[in-house]
Amino acid sequence: MSAIVIPPIRKLLQRWGVHPDSHKFPACGLAIEEAGLPPLLTVPLSQHVGAAARPVVAVGDQVLRGQLIADAVGNISAPLHAPTSGVVVAIAEASMPHPSGLPDLAIHIRPDGRDEWAPLHAEHYPINLDGAEIARRVAAAGIVGMGGATFPSAVKLALGAKNKITTLILNGSECEPYLSCDDRLMQEHADGIVEGARLILKATGATRVLVGIEDNKPEAITAMKIAAKAYPEVFIAKVPSRYPMGADRQLIQTLTGIEAPADGRAADVGVVVHNVGTAYAVHRALRFGEPLTERVITVAGGAVREPRNLRARIGTPMSYLFERCGGLASSPARVVVGGPMMGIGVPNFEAPVVKGASGALALTAAEVGEREPSACIRCSSCVSACPVGLMPLEMASLINANELGKADDIGLGDCLTCGACGFVCPSRIPLVQYFYHAKGELSAMSRDKKRLDNIKALTDAKTERIEREKREKAEAHARRKAERAAAAAAEKPSKSEAAS
Amino acid sequence: MLTAMVSLAAISSGLGLVLGIAAKKLHVEGDARVEEVMAMLPAANCGQCGFPGCAGAAQAIVAGEASPSCCPPGGKVVAQTIADHLGIKLDDGGEAPRPMVATIQEAICIGCTKCFRTCPSDAIIGSTKQLHTVMDEACTGCNQCTEKCPTGAICMIEVPETLGTWVMPKPAMVS
Amino acid sequence: MSQVHASPHALSSRTTSQIMGLVLLALTPATLAGFWQFGWSAFLFWAVCVLSCVFFEALCLNWAGKRVMPVLWDGSAVLTGWLLAMSMPPWAPWWVGFLGAACAIVLGKQVFGGLGCNLFNPAMVGRTLLLVSFPVQMTQWVSPLSATLPHDFSHALTQIFLNNGVPDAMTSASLLGHVKTELSRGAPLIDGLKLFVPWQSFVGARAGSLGETSALLILAGGLFLVAKRIIGLRIPIGFMLGLGLPALIAHGLAPDAFIPLSAHLLSGGAMLGAFFIATDYVTSPSAPAGQWAFALGCGLLTWLIRTWGGYPEGVGFAVLIMNALTPLLDMWRPRIFGRSLTGKSLPARRVESVR
Repeated sequence: MSAIVIPPIRKLLQRWGVHPDSHKFPACGLAIEEAGLPPLLTVPLSQHVGAAARPVVAVGDQVLRGQLIADAVGNISAPLHAPTSGVVVAIAEASMPHPSGLPDLAIHIRPDGRDEWAPLHAEHYPINLDGAEIARRVAAAGIVGMGGATFPSAVKLALGAKNKITTLILNGSECEPYLSCDDRLMQEHADGIVEGARLILKATGATRVLVGIEDNKPEAITAMKIAAKAYPEVFIAKVPSRYPMGADRQLIQTLTGIEAPADGRAADVGVVVHNVGTAYAVHRALRFGEPLTERVITVAGGAVREPRNLRARIGTPMSYLFERCGGLASSPARVVVGGPMMGIGVPNFEAPVVKGASGALALTAAEVGEREPSACIRCSSCVSACPVGLMPLEMASLINANELGKADDIGLGDCLTCGACGFVCPSRIPLVQYFYHAKGELSAMSRDKKRLDNIKALTDAKTERIEREKREKAEAHARRKAERAAAAAAEKPSKSEAAS
Repeated sequence: MLTAMVSLAAISSGLGLVLGIAAKKLHVEGDARVEEVMAMLPAANCGQCGFPGCAGAAQAIVAGEASPSCCPPGGKVVAQTIADHLGIKLDDGGEAPRPMVATIQEAICIGCTKCFRTCPSDAIIGSTKQLHTVMDEACTGCNQCTEKCPTGAICMIEVPETLGTWVMPKPAMVS
Repeated sequence: MSQVHASPHALSSRTTSQIMGLVLLALTPATLAGFWQFGWSAFLFWAVCVLSCVFFEALCLNWAGKRVMPVLWDGSAVLTGWLLAMSMPPWAPWWVGFLGAACAIVLGKQVFGGLGCNLFNPAMVGRTLLLVSFPVQMTQWVSPLSATLPHDFSHALTQIFLNNGVPDAMTSASLLGHVKTELSRGAPLIDGLKLFVPWQSFVGARAGSLGETSALLILAGGLFLVAKRIIGLRIPIGFMLGLGLPALIAHGLAPDAFIPLSAHLLSGGAMLGAFFIATDYVTSPSAPAGQWAFALGCGLLTWLIRTWGGYPEGVGFAVLIMNALTPLLDMWRPRIFGRSLTGKSLPARRVESVR
């Protein structure tokens, strides 16, 4: 058996979410193509959740493809590898896929065109490795959540040691409009994905894999079913097409009927969720010894002449990707890294492809539907769209009145920033921007509070020290004075006695 | 009629007596809130607010002469905490100034130790005849060291904004 | 492109003015049927209400120093005027409509800060203020298809702009009003209900306001809105349950004293109230639990007022009373995913337990 069916009653009871136009064509119908090598690659040091990687190469060094160029720092971090062979020309600030447009450190590599691999350690039967070794190699390959979460994958593999994991869920829902990189990957590399999933299964100690694929990807479902035929532990499940089906808790609930606790993690209910792209990267890393140096990315949007999926090296600038897809037909209203619902709007075309970038979109004004916001008519579309059961309109009006604490009390912390509310709002209120703003402010405030508490402790310590020193000095002074007085007194009587 | 008047008079004088006694018994010397606000301020006594020390600022805030956001090292956290405590609403007064930290130009530093003896939060480390450095994490930007430095080697710089500290701006108000 | 762009970078196609437009479209069949029944006068009175509402909206926006045009285009003032016209006697004099529009827009909406900020349904504020101020004009109903007198456009102009009330020969009582009068005179209910012919009420061949005569077309318009996902089913169903259940039980227990279910649902503003008035976005709760409570309350209060109140019809009052409770009902928030109703994180149920 390699298919499970979602009970219809569960589909009926799930009332959340929205149904955006998919816009997946034409990219999802075209085979993945090589993007090729741009003249310069900028590999950001921080492409993952956790501490930024520390460079281990110097400017001027010659590097080979797959060679370690920056090492992980601390427990939650991921190393970086050279995406091609070439010369490190700088370790300097570069444009980032970030809405602020602020630069951050990146390793700049000029390709030499030979694209020569560093010696790789292939493994013919990686499934025979033990779990800890699989996790170690995944960590060394710099693999992070490829769906966009960018959490270091090896950390999730090691979860099995602490919590008993029974089920691995492979997220192939790809619920974001436009994006089809996971769809193409499943169609073209189903065998690799299934092997990657079995490796993850072994590392986590789980006993079954559920692959959730939205029902708008029938080819991918067929391909995955064929690839999984030989493995009774791999189940392919068709899930309804609805945004945000790819959010991990929502997918867990759809596939298993279990609602993961809000303050806990998926592991608490015995589940770990990985993206199909991550599974494929695990397969490449274990079977061929290839570290993560490239990924499939969907280049699409109304302003792109020939939308398609490209296999691009990490560090390739978006401008190069658009060039490779026939260039831009018009000046886009927005350039987005990722999908249109949760992706990052970037201020220029220079942001590089990072490990978690699933799309590079150039959207026209008509697609973005940008319009001046008008007053909230309390239509409650946002309330019914919210997959978490929040009241976005109420939270936004509290944030607008600077009542961040109250917004947090009514569930801001549970907000996924999935964008479903902002998508349906007929008044075009930038709800998600309010939530990003409030979340950012709250975390900045808690950071500042920590810093101030630290400063206050230092200040108090110093004040106390100075006072103690003063007191000690005064005491010493008094003691000396007393001693002198005593000595004088001792002398005096004798004198007076002598005098008398 | 008479009963009503007598009973009303009795009730009012009784209540008046209770209030009078309560006022005497529960009398508080000074305003307790000043102490409380004082405890919320960073206590570096840096004087950036324009009041003599944190105690002066606390008094001014409680008296309503100064805004809770008058403390630059405290920033939004302190302002919000005090405003919440006193039940005041913070005015959304546009962009807050970026926090500042001291930095020492190594070329001119003579290692006189004056600055780190002045620093209220021990943010400067170094010793006699040696280079001093500022620990950004502990610096409140109080500017006291700048005044003490005999060679003018210390200046205040803005803490640069990074990807980690950037916050999405609040959307513009709906017209 | 230097400005910050927050996600989402896509939007559904529906805008506020499109929503208002669809609601107006849903009201059109019932309105046209009303025009056909009550003639040009009804059309003129409707036009007076709509235009006055737009006029007062523009005036208030101008006074408040807001930009007039973009806000006027959202269509909410037109909708308010339309609903106001649909809830009033179709042959009322023009100044009644004009004053009603002033009350609805100025007192019902703009003093609260305009669209989205009002606590009470503007059209119902207008209607209710008129009802208590001008009880005579507000209860003069005209018989449908009044072929008894010649009625062309010039007669209609005279009727709306010069006459102060409906000529006696053409007046007729609304069903609920008639029942109330008969019952108060001590006559048995069956006399009062003589007027009630269910099929007539359903298709609209009887006296009443534009919005109450044809329950069928109002229902059709309401179901159109449900199909278009403009309104949910909670409020209409809750309203009908709140009105229908007590009516069913009371009539079952004492058929002589209580109006039957069919007469309740098919007469007065029940259908208009359930699908168009109570479902007003701004003045109804946003979360499911609150919506149920709100709708059941509207229905129940309507039944109570109709049965024991001083006025024959109670939809307007019931909706206004429940509007006042909306902010309270909005505190009844939905359950957050992964949390209990009290906000505590759910206990972790293991996946293998449901295999």
